[in-house]
Amino acid sequence: MLSHPPLDFWPLAPELILTGTAIVVLLAGAFMPRAGRGGLLMLSLAGVAGAAAASILLWDWSGELTILGGMVATDRFAVVARLILLGVTAIGLLYGYHYFERSGEQRAEFYPLVLFAAAGMTLIAAATDLIVVFLALEILSLSLYVLTGSSRRLAAVEGSTKYFLLGAFSSAFFLYGIAMAYGAADSTHLSAVARALAGQTGNQALALTAVAFLAIGFAFKVSAVPFHMWTPDVYQGAPTAVTAFMSAGTKVAAFAAFVRVFDVAFQPLVWDWTPIVWTLAAVSVVVGSVLAIAQKDIKRMLAYSSVAHAGFVLIGLTAGDQRGIAAALFYLLAYSFMILGAFGVVMLVSSRGEEHTDLASYAGLYHRSPLLAGLMSLFLLSMAGIPPTAGFIAKVSVFRAAIDAGHWELALVGVLASVVAAFFYIRVMVLMYMQEPTGEAEPDRSLLPTLVIAIPAIVTLLLGVLPGLVTGFLEKASVIGW
Amino acid sequence: MKWLTVTTFLPLAGVVLLLAWPRMQDDIARGIALLVSVVTFVVSLGMLGRFDGSQAGFQMVEQADWVRSINLHYTLGVDGVSLFMVLLTTFLMPIAILASWKVDRRVRLFMAALLVLETGMVGTFLALDLLLFFLFFEAILFPMYLVIGGWGGERRVYAAVKFFLYTMFGSAFLLVAILVLYAKSGSLAGGSTFDLRQLSGLALQTATARWLFLAFFIAFAVKVPLFPLHTWLPDAHTEAPTAGSVILAAVLLKVGAYGLIRFNLTLFPEASQYFAPLISVLALIGIVYGAIVALIQTDVKRLVAYSSVSHLGFVVLGTFAFTQQAMSGGVLQMINHGLSTGALFLLVGMVYERTHTRDLGKMGGLASTMPWLMGVFLFVALSSLGLPGLNNFVGEFLVILGSFASNRAFGAIAATGVVLAAIYLLWSYQRMAHGPVPEEHRGHPDLSVREVAVLAPVLALILVFGVYPKVLLDRINPTTTRIVQQVQRQSAPVAVSQPTPAAAPQSAGEGP
Repeated sequence: MLSHPPLDFWPLAPELILTGTAIVVLLAGAFMPRAGRGGLLMLSLAGVAGAAAASILLWDWSGELTILGGMVATDRFAVVARLILLGVTAIGLLYGYHYFERSGEQRAEFYPLVLFAAAGMTLIAAATDLIVVFLALEILSLSLYVLTGSSRRLAAVEGSTKYFLLGAFSSAFFLYGIAMAYGAADSTHLSAVARALAGQTGNQALALTAVAFLAIGFAFKVSAVPFHMWTPDVYQGAPTAVTAFMSAGTKVAAFAAFVRVFDVAFQPLVWDWTPIVWTLAAVSVVVGSVLAIAQKDIKRMLAYSSVAHAGFVLIGLTAGDQRGIAAALFYLLAYSFMILGAFGVVMLVSSRGEEHTDLASYAGLYHRSPLLAGLMSLFLLSMAGIPPTAGFIAKVSVFRAAIDAGHWELALVGVLASVVAAFFYIRVMVLMYMQEPTGEAEPDRSLLPTLVIAIPAIVTLLLGVLPGLVTGFLEKASVIGW
Repeated sequence: MKWLTVTTFLPLAGVVLLLAWPRMQDDIARGIALLVSVVTFVVSLGMLGRFDGSQAGFQMVEQADWVRSINLHYTLGVDGVSLFMVLLTTFLMPIAILASWKVDRRVRLFMAALLVLETGMVGTFLALDLLLFFLFFEAILFPMYLVIGGWGGERRVYAAVKFFLYTMFGSAFLLVAILVLYAKSGSLAGGSTFDLRQLSGLALQTATARWLFLAFFIAFAVKVPLFPLHTWLPDAHTEAPTAGSVILAAVLLKVGAYGLIRFNLTLFPEASQYFAPLISVLALIGIVYGAIVALIQTDVKRLVAYSSVSHLGFVVLGTFAFTQQAMSGGVLQMINHGLSTGALFLLVGMVYERTHTRDLGKMGGLASTMPWLMGVFLFVALSSLGLPGLNNFVGEFLVILGSFASNRAFGAIAATGVVLAAIYLLWSYQRMAHGPVPEEHRGHPDLSVREVAVLAPVLALILVFGVYPKVLLDRINPTTTRIVQQVQRQSAPVAVSQPTPAAAPQSAGEGP
């Protein structure tokens, strides 16, 4: 077994590596403009790989449960969440490289910004103090605001502004919630909050207010209804490569923090917050699925579908126990890869920049590129929850968790919503397979991004056929340390 | 040799070959698909050979861990009911492939979809683990959707989407019910499980069992389809290409009826008895309504589709009569309907390839231009309407007899369905085959060698099963006897110990 240095910073190694790499890449981009984008990409990927290796070593960590005075957790939950996020980051970087090379925009700042965002995401997955949660949330959000706007198109600027304004608003809610929690428990440590509330020493009224405000803050970040308004505009406006990274990464990170805050700090109030999560989940799956039907742009459709997916994760979290956490983790893993894959295909179909994102461009895609049509179908089927894909197992897991906890009505709402959702996923497939191509737009046939998209495709299939490969790890990871 | 696993996944191996081979010629794709499906049929015959007809339980059970953390197993097994469903599937698949030899657009994808479909259907019939069953059940959806929507008639997209959404709506309830059942099964000795054999011993509260029964029932009733959930069927059948219609009618509808027998009856015996009158009435409405609507159709494919609604009503009626005769009759009817209606769709497809119309009003006198084709059509129509000596007679007769024993009125009404079937089938034959020949329909060729090869095996079985149904019944009867006994035995004590009489006055007292 591995022997760990007694250095307390070791569990923060993934974030330190990411931040360090980001700074190096930033400087390299500035001082060596001729180094070429390929070099920056390689450097960034190396940083991500290093961070992933550091995370894997933490799986067998035997030291304290939290470090730095209870600020950062060293548990396996953090390890798994980090690994998912780093996988997302790697694919996001590869997408971005291709995207900006193709459009001819020189965006050297793309790589460090993604790395900074990734550092914020992984940090939030390990944060055990509300202040650290907030800090990490801001790191990732600020990077994403800039990334959203990193294009000359007006839509990107609009999306970025909207994202920033509403994001700032939700941060205010979040911060206010932290203040309330501090008022209730005299501490911002998650464990201290839990102890104070369990021992009835805390102020219950303040604690409930804190629950409400923090729930709003998180609901915004995961884009749960009714705090989802920004999602379609931002997803549509942002460069597709950024959308792919953001849609997967933000959701995983925010849900990881959500699990920590609600299943640890507010565990004593579980009966009070379950109805809130229940309602958010039900409304999200229904509204997300129904509104997606009306969309004419594939990026907006996927945005609404991601709203619905947030609802499905919340369905798993209504269980409020280890099983719910394991189910939510599986769902997030499956979701990350299918949304990454889907946006990857979108990027290739819109052969340059942001052209051809309307649904009509998908008519007859099978005739122009059977491979892209096949990949897209796989991801759409997975999102619809059709076996043998990861999406099916993921849906079964969250429904099972909810039903075991007695919320079978919620599961029924979820399943019926997924029938509605199936309708618009199917519609895209109808377009791709059963209609003749309109216009002569040729999809991008570059080799590198196609190979990259094969990764989520393989994961989606593999998790659907052999979910046992990861369920053991996820179960071990569903014990939250505090 | 793992006969069941091989039978299930052999077609999938063919799919891999079809899709992995770059730039395959269409003829090679057809050949591979046909070869794979024939080999699958031969393997399934091996399964038949090893089947012990005297046993009532599941045989040749193959089990493996799949996801240990939720006690999910890969469990396949076969009994007298599922055996013939599997054989029907593997028997008809080569025929369907041979019948679609003239499909010339995207042949590779079409053949791959058919083979995926075969794996899904065989798996559905063999799975003994509820979640595994659901997985196969759902996996059927997409290839069938592709077949209808990709190679169908004019309104194919509408029909395909309707088919998809109806079925998915039904299976939504099924999934929730399976998970609720799983949650309730924590009280069993082995902990929570999806295993059908263990779950059938689970004691559920009466009310819970009835709700769960309804959830399972909706999923399967859509598939059967039972009145009033049948409206997807005429569209899907009519728009699907010939192979799609054959598979849809012959096998896919049976998945619903099979599910009712396999899951509703064995898991919820008390609820089955409780709802039996209601379901029988729906089945009767289906029998009569389907027949009457078939009577007024002018589109011959739609006519055959509605006749399926009527014929499947017999299956459901037999299932819920709870007599061994009726249930065996129902299972027999499933097999025979598969053969006869499958053959009818094949013939209608062949007629359409020549005349390019499905409108009965525009046909006529075809018997003079293609006597063999119309002769075969008459033969199959006679079998479908239940002529004694041909296959459908035995099943329908047993169902009516068995229902008569449990409820005279039901038996009597069901018998009218047979009369109506004679009218609509013979009338449609008359309109197609006799009368003056329209100018454009002169000179159509008669059956080709390929078409004879497609039809001959089906016709042979129609005759054999009509004259000597004992080969089937000997293997079906032990299983149906077991299921009927199970329903009656298990429901009896539960009915006595029902807390409802005591609980009812209590709640009435609290009410105001």
